Amino acid sequence: MKSTLLLGTRKGFIAYQFKNGKWGAENLSFEGVPVSIAYADPRTNTWWAALDHGHWGVKLHRSSDRGNTWEEVAAPAYPEGSEIKDGVPATTRYIWAMAHGGKKFPSRIWLGTDPGGLFVSEDEGKNFQLVESLWHHPTRKEGWFGGGRDQPGIHSILVDPRNEERIHIGISCAGVFETTDSGKTWHIRNKGMWADFLPNPDAETGYDPHIVVAANSDPDMLWQQNHCSIFRSTDSAMNWNDIGQKEGTARFGFAIAVAEDNPNQAWVAPANSDMTRTAIKGALVICRTDDGGKTWKEQRNGLPQEGCFDIVYRHCLVSSGDALAFGTTTGNLFFSPDRGESWQTINNYLPMIHSVQFVD
Amino acid sequence: MPTIKFTYALKRFFPKLKDTPAGGRTLAEIFREIESSYPGLSSYVLDERGSLRRHVNIFIDGKMISDRDKLSDEFSPGSEIYIIQALSGG
Repeated sequence: MKSTLLLGTRKGFIAYQFKNGKWGAENLSFEGVPVSIAYADPRTNTWWAALDHGHWGVKLHRSSDRGNTWEEVAAPAYPEGSEIKDGVPATTRYIWAMAHGGKKFPSRIWLGTDPGGLFVSEDEGKNFQLVESLWHHPTRKEGWFGGGRDQPGIHSILVDPRNEERIHIGISCAGVFETTDSGKTWHIRNKGMWADFLPNPDAETGYDPHIVVAANSDPDMLWQQNHCSIFRSTDSAMNWNDIGQKEGTARFGFAIAVAEDNPNQAWVAPANSDMTRTAIKGALVICRTDDGGKTWKEQRNGLPQEGCFDIVYRHCLVSSGDALAFGTTTGNLFFSPDRGESWQTINNYLPMIHSVQFVD
Repeated sequence: MPTIKFTYALKRFFPKLKDTPAGGRTLAEIFREIESSYPGLSSYVLDERGSLRRHVNIFIDGKMISDRDKLSDEFSPGSEIYIIQALSGG
C-alpha cells in the first residue's frame, strides 16, 4: 500500500500519512479554498493542487516538497474566440481531471476541464495548451452537454502505459473518446453504453460515464460507473457491457476503483437513484466484484449503517494493493486494509471531499 | 494618474499589494500596468477573455462599473479605482 493519501476538499488540500499503523494529518494547504483535484505525479513526486476559488477563478499550484511550499503556474486558458456554443464564450470554469503523460513523455501533463476542453502541457506544467482537435470535434457543440456540472466536463484521462500516445477520456455528457496519436485525432467509443435520459437511445454522443478507470494489470480492461449503470470493456473500450445489478445495490453511483493486481476485481460506491443522490437507506455500502461484474458483494463492516446522507464523488474511491479508501460529500474518510472486508474511520469531520489519491 | 486600491483578500496571494498609481486610457490598460507591478494579479480579477470575474466588483470613485465584459467605464486622472470581492460563498 502507498502510505500517503491526498485529498482535494471544499476547504483545502489535505495530506494524510500512514505511520506506525495509523493515519495522521501531514499537510494542510490552501485552507478555505476549494480544491477540485489534489494530484501527485508519480514520475517526479510533484504534488498539484487545482483550485476553484469562488472569487478569483481557477488556479493551478505545484509543490516539489510535499506541500511545504507551492508555486503557482499559469492555469489553462481557452484561446481567444473559443466558444462553448455559438455566442457563448469559453473560459476555464473547473479543472476536473489530471494525468501525467507517461515515461515516454516525461514533460507531458494532461488536464481535463469544464467546459469540455482537454489541455496538454509539454513543459512539465509551466504552460497548458488546448487540444484543438478535440475541441473542434464535430460532435462537441451539439452532441455534448452538461452532466454533474452546467457545461460538459472531462473527468477521466487514461494514458495507456504500453503506448502512451493512446489515451481514453471520459466526458459528462458525451461519453468515452480515444486517441492513438497523442490527441491529433479522436474516435468515439460509446458502443454498448445506453442512456435512458436521451431522446434518441442510439445517439452517437451524450452518454454520461461518471468516471472511467483502467486496470493496471491489463489496460485493455476498462471500467466505468455510468449514470445509468456500471459498464466494463474487455477490449479497450471498443465494446461496453452493462454489468450493473438490475435490482441489487450495485447500479447507480459516481465512483469506481479497480484492483491493481486483478483486472476482474473492482469496487463501486452505490448511491440512491439520480432522483435523490443520497446514501441507500441511510447506510454506507461499498460493493465489490471478483468476477468482472458477474456478481457483486456488499461490504458494510465498519461503515455507518444509519443516519447517512453521504455520497462518494467520482474521484473519491481508490485502491492500492490490499488497501482501499474513500471520501464522502459530508466529509467522512474511510480506509480498508483488506480490500473492503472491514472499514476504519480516518476522520468524520472533514469538508466535502472532491478527490482522493494514494501516493508514495 | 488614477490610484488603484485592492481588497485585503488579495493580499493572501500578493502580500506586497498596496495602493498603486497606474496610468492608462482604459481599465484594460490600467490592468496591464498593474500586471507589471504584480505579475499574475490580473488573472485573479479578470478571466482569460479580460472580463471581470463573476464575484469581483470594480468601483470608480464610489460607483460600480456597468461594463463588466469589456471594462469600458470611464475615469479621470484623479480617480480612485477600487477592486473588491463580492461577499458570497460559505
